[in-house]
Amino acid sequence: MALQEKYKVLLDTARSLGTKDLNFAEQDGVLQIRGTAPSADVKNKLWEVYGNIDPNFASGDVVMDVDVTTEVPGSQVKVITDSSNLNIRKGPGTDQPIVGKAAKDEIITLISKANDQWWLVRTKDNEEGYCYAQYLQTV
Amino acid sequence: MKLKRVFPMLMMAGTLVAAMPSCKSKVSDADLKAKVETVITSHQGITTSVKDGVVTLEGFASSEAEKAQIETDVKAADKSIKSVVNNIIVQVTAPAAISVNTVDESLAKGIVDATKDFPTVQATVKDGIITVTGTIEKAKLVTLKQALDNLHPKKVDLSAVVTK
Repeated sequence: MALQEKYKVLLDTARSLGTKDLNFAEQDGVLQIRGTAPSADVKNKLWEVYGNIDPNFASGDVVMDVDVTTEVPGSQVKVITDSSNLNIRKGPGTDQPIVGKAAKDEIITLISKANDQWWLVRTKDNEEGYCYAQYLQTV
Repeated sequence: MKLKRVFPMLMMAGTLVAAMPSCKSKVSDADLKAKVETVITSHQGITTSVKDGVVTLEGFASSEAEKAQIETDVKAADKSIKSVVNNIIVQVTAPAAISVNTVDESLAKGIVDATKDFPTVQATVKDGIITVTGTIEKAKLVTLKQALDNLHPKKVDLSAVVTK
């Protein structure tokens, strides 16, 4: 319960910004948080709030996984790498061969999600393969 | 010695009790069962049986209040109900536990992917806990933390990470 107090602002923000299926529980001294944010902005906001409560996430007392509802198969997603191209791989894993690249800010189509980490995508040039989901965001 | 006096009384009481069920209730057990079932339809997982006007309730309720409410509702269903045997068990269901991945092999594979773009940090996993060391730009720390949290470990320990 103590952790829910510490992160009350985070949980309240998640609720007030319309996070769906919000689920949280303290397990083994860590507050596990799951939910689906209505937009990438809300997800980013939640991470900002979390970072304010626990600078540099140094306490290690939260594990938060918030999806974004709009990131569904068929939707357009933008490549949000820092500067470099995003690798498109044959299979879900960095051990898989690279079959293509997507440029920063390029808009590509999300075909399906292999898991939380790897999404199957298609570029405008019809290159198809798996990208690391962290570098993709809904338009 | 006193038994001699008590015994006939017990006999009489016994005869009375035995005679009771033979009094036909106005409404048949089958009709009562139907009425009770109408009342309990809104409560999932409750079953009922009726014998000689005595209603027995079985099943599970999520709270004492629900258990008591069902009994009150059932009693009100028909005047011919003599009594209600409330065998409902209160089962407080805990909210669904949040799944946490404690399989180190699967976490280790995810860590390789998550840290690929951060060559200045090292991450290891033991007993579902990911420990990260090294140096990283402050702005990139959130990206790393999100990637590691997505793997659903028990804990992500970034306390030893130096930000620049």
